[in-house]
Amino acid sequence: MVKVRLATPVLQKNEEVARENRTFFQKQEVFALNLMSSPGSGKTSTLERTIEHLAGSLNLGVIEGDIYTTRDAERIESHGVPVVQINTAGACHLDARMIKPALEDFDFGKLDLLIIENVGNLVCPAEFDLGEDARAVVLSVTEGNDKPMKYPLIFRQAQVVLINKTDLLPYTDCDLDLLEKDLKSINPDLNLFRISARENKGFTPWIAWLREQVKIKKYARESP
Amino acid sequence: MMVVCEDLEGRKQMHELSLMENVVQILRTNAAENGIKKITRIQLVVGKMTMAVPDALQFAFEVFKEEKLFKDAVLEIKEEPVRGECKECRQTFEIKDFEFLCPFCSGPQVKLVGGRELYIEFYEGD
Repeated sequence: MVKVRLATPVLQKNEEVARENRTFFQKQEVFALNLMSSPGSGKTSTLERTIEHLAGSLNLGVIEGDIYTTRDAERIESHGVPVVQINTAGACHLDARMIKPALEDFDFGKLDLLIIENVGNLVCPAEFDLGEDARAVVLSVTEGNDKPMKYPLIFRQAQVVLINKTDLLPYTDCDLDLLEKDLKSINPDLNLFRISARENKGFTPWIAWLREQVKIKKYARESP
Repeated sequence: MMVVCEDLEGRKQMHELSLMENVVQILRTNAAENGIKKITRIQLVVGKMTMAVPDALQFAFEVFKEEKLFKDAVLEIKEEPVRGECKECRQTFEIKDFEFLCPFCSGPQVKLVGGRELYIEFYEGD
């Protein structure tokens, strides 16, 4: 009998590729955002409104992660931004290895911002680093107050939570203040934005945050 | 412009299955390097903050038992608690119910120092 001590992190391979992706984004001075949520939270609608708000001022590209279909990619493409679709063929998340070849399909000289729309799932995407600069989670008020406490990892790893479907608040039992308090108890550094993608409301502070991050990324190398 | 990439290696997966896939891949490579034909015992360390459920990991491992290398292997899972360190008073403590609040000074700035572990400690084989 042989005993082999490994102490090998299970996701070591993913982390290696994620580091390569991160170095690439650094070199290109492009801010990469990993957009995550459960299915049906309004992630694609939020992305569409975001694209509209940024049109004409920032150049963005989108990677669409989807299990089988190209529906979301088609929606995004209609806004005139370059889209690369990754079909995971059943896998519940994107990983760094899937992102890397997709990067070759963009003209990075023309991009300021890359948004990666992950597969709809609150568990698996949290575990896989893609090499992104920041993570944003879309959480809709119709999902219930208990989501942060049930899936704390994704909220712990994120910088932003976009609380969507606030137009539906009167029809839900969601307590927004309690929801935000729970989110802050998991991660006190979270930037919280209340939005309604359907009514295009509440986007100004989120867009300002995004612009700021792009600016920081662009000028990071020039500052001492 | 729209480019469609198919990830052909992807297949119907749950969280634990994709994690186990990474585990067995590491073991396959390492066993081959060490001339091990049969693995009998695997110890996996899993932090509670990874959201990986031990029962589901065991279930996922069954899928790989058809492979000769893993046929007689026992998977042992050592769970690690979620632990935090207060950035203000520097105390370390176990975090229960994912409440990231210092039990000593009530400070909200808590650094995660345990619970994200996910590694193969060792394996045994012939």
